[in-house]
Amino acid sequence: MSNLKYDVIVVGAGPAGLAAATVLAKAGVKVIVIERGRFAGSKNVMGGVFYSDCMKGIIDDFPGKAPVERHIIDQRIWLLDNNSFVGFNHKNELFNKKPYNCHTVFRAKFDNWFAKQAADAGALIITRTLAKEAIIENNRIVGITTGRPDGDIKADCVIIADGVNSLLAKSLGFRKEIKRESVALAVKEVIGLDEKIINDRFNVKSGEGVTIEVTGSFFNGEAMAFIYTNKKSISLGVGMVVEDLVKNKINPNDLLESFKAHPSVAPLINGGETKEYLAHLIPEGGYKEMPKLIGNGVMVVGDAAMMVDAIHREGSNLAVTSGKLAAETYIEAAKAGDFSKKSLSLYEEKLKESFVMKDLKKYKGVPALLQHNKRLLQQYPKILNNAAFEILNVNGVSKHDKEKLLWKNMKQQIGVSNLIRDLFKLWRNVG
Amino acid sequence: MHALVFIKQVPDASQVRVNYETGTLIREGVPAILNPFEVHAVEEAVKIRQKFGGKVTILTMGPPQAADALKECLSRGADKGYLLSDRIFAGSDTLATSYALYEGAKKIIELEGEVDFFFAGKQAIDGDTAQTGPGIATRFNVPLVTYLIKLDEINLEEKYVIATRLTEFGQETLKVPIPVFFTVEESLNTLSHSPLPWLIKAAQSKIEILSGENVDLDKNQCGLKNSPTIVKKAFTPEKKQRGATLTGTFDEVVNQAAEKVAPFLNDAL
Ligand SMILES: Cc1cc2nc3c(=O)[nH]c(=O)nc-3n(C[C@H](O)[C@H](O)[C@H](O)COP(=O)(O)OP(=O)(O)OC[C@H]3O[C@@H](n4cnc5c(N)ncnc54)[C@H](O)[C@@H]3O)c2cc1C
Repeated sequence: MSNLKYDVIVVGAGPAGLAAATVLAKAGVKVIVIERGRFAGSKNVMGGVFYSDCMKGIIDDFPGKAPVERHIIDQRIWLLDNNSFVGFNHKNELFNKKPYNCHTVFRAKFDNWFAKQAADAGALIITRTLAKEAIIENNRIVGITTGRPDGDIKADCVIIADGVNSLLAKSLGFRKEIKRESVALAVKEVIGLDEKIINDRFNVKSGEGVTIEVTGSFFNGEAMAFIYTNKKSISLGVGMVVEDLVKNKINPNDLLESFKAHPSVAPLINGGETKEYLAHLIPEGGYKEMPKLIGNGVMVVGDAAMMVDAIHREGSNLAVTSGKLAAETYIEAAKAGDFSKKSLSLYEEKLKESFVMKDLKKYKGVPALLQHNKRLLQQYPKILNNAAFEILNVNGVSKHDKEKLLWKNMKQQIGVSNLIRDLFKLWRNVG
Repeated sequence: MHALVFIKQVPDASQVRVNYETGTLIREGVPAILNPFEVHAVEEAVKIRQKFGGKVTILTMGPPQAADALKECLSRGADKGYLLSDRIFAGSDTLATSYALYEGAKKIIELEGEVDFFFAGKQAIDGDTAQTGPGIATRFNVPLVTYLIKLDEINLEEKYVIATRLTEFGQETLKVPIPVFFTVEESLNTLSHSPLPWLIKAAQSKIEILSGENVDLDKNQCGLKNSPTIVKKAFTPEKKQRGATLTGTFDEVVNQAAEKVAPFLNDAL
């Protein structure tokens, strides 16, 4: 039996766990972080756009020396059809003003840096160690077991930040095995290119970046893809709900290859060299699939708690914020020395007041809406692409006749009642 | 017992790719790891300490990030890590590196006491020269056992070891006086799972930094300027195609083989 005892054990050194650990350590709390990877970030993947705002109160003057790539000034959305896309752009000089709103990052570097900040603040970061199970005594969690000899650790409180597959939350019965329709598998490639070529192709200066979010009929409305600019590379990837992958027998690698070969995508990455290939799960069940968040001596944060706002590609900022709120809750609870579920319910309250729960709640219907109304991202993008072509392609047909034809097509393909229904559902769920 | 292990932080070979045009390694973005052979060197040194007591000290030369590799050694049970880090060493070849590490090791002996066992990996996976370890051993003028695969016996009283090494033709078992320098093969031992308290101790410990100023250096033996190695050409060996497999009875195979080989012989004769 080991006699390792800390105030708090954080399981997982991703953004959620590291935010919690940093806030705790800065407040003088004795905190140990257990991470299974060879170093923090070694196994972690995101697109990835990291939003600066969530670091307030955690790291002063973020980004400072943090390893960020480009700050984003131009965001694009593409509805992709087989040979075309209809797009929407927003580029704004306000995004060129410091502090920058968001940056692209590489998680392997970013998390490693974040872990060093937590360690400098006094947190103990232990890598290459798997957290296995919670130790429960008298109906409360008093520690965890790890995969190492003499590996039991005791603590007042355990913060579960072990990501989408959360072994711990499952072993506690806080949640069931994640449903296949509530989780997406994303594959991503990093393609190296000269900085100048990227600047030219995306019409930005060095340091400035572009993001493109992509969906539409090209993917049968069943996948989301992205193209993000880094300093000297482009991250590009595609994610699809596991249920759809299985049902349609789709290999995600093939999906990524066909995306890379699309006539609108290929010129952007032409001549580049694949530097990395990564894959990861994204919990997309949203609010309705969230597990229990607290128990006696335990709080769940980040992806482990399904805190991803999929339609806004936000996850890491929810993770960081929830980690911070859990840390603040611990600090409050420690004043009374009470780490019971009742005392830790402050965490739930804090979450409800923050954008995390407000956004997750607001978009709670979206995952199911998109899962069960494939035409939203399948037929409409196709119709839009056709419409754009019809209107822009000058061929002697009058605009009036073109509009009539388009409307006729729309009625045939979707039907007026469906159209009204879809608009109403969309308005209800995202409006 | 005092063991001193020389280690190197190297790019993770499983993730390094080769630029086929220039023949150089693309190291950008590749995470650094502890040279795999040295993981086994540390393991062996720690095993000896667990049996006989004493301590295990680690030395590496490299940039400040190499401290991560030292910390890994500590988490695997080593007692103290020293990082020899200075711009003066930049661009060192194996001659200059073995000189710098030799001087660094002399400093460690001054601080930590005489060394019984020197360890290094048989080679570093980013260079494969297998020269640095022997270079240090030669400077110390201690017996050198390369390609160590087994420590059959250790006798600290009578100050000898019986060690088995791999040779090109088989194995060789030697009786060697202590102090001795080993460079080790991966098959020397199987890695054990470090207890959690070791990792905690490693995370809390400080790496000692030695700069060029801290050690007694002859600057004319350091760095790129004093590295006589010249890389004339680097190339990637072509992937050899797998030979054809012939099947059938003995006679059939012989006939097939003869037919395949005959044209080449015709040309040559
Ligand atoms: C392809 C892709 C693109 C994305 N794009 C974006 C984006 O652009 N912007 C954005 O904000 N979000 C994005 N996300 C979501 C974002 O990555 C996650 O929401 C975020 O990483 C969650 O952080 P976390 O700390 O909760 O979990 P994670 O980052 O998954 O960290 C969990 C950590 O716990 C460790 N761990 C797991 N199990 C154990 C165990 N048993 N013992 C010890 N350690 C363990 C893991 O190794 C890991 O380090 C994307 C995700 C993917 C997959």
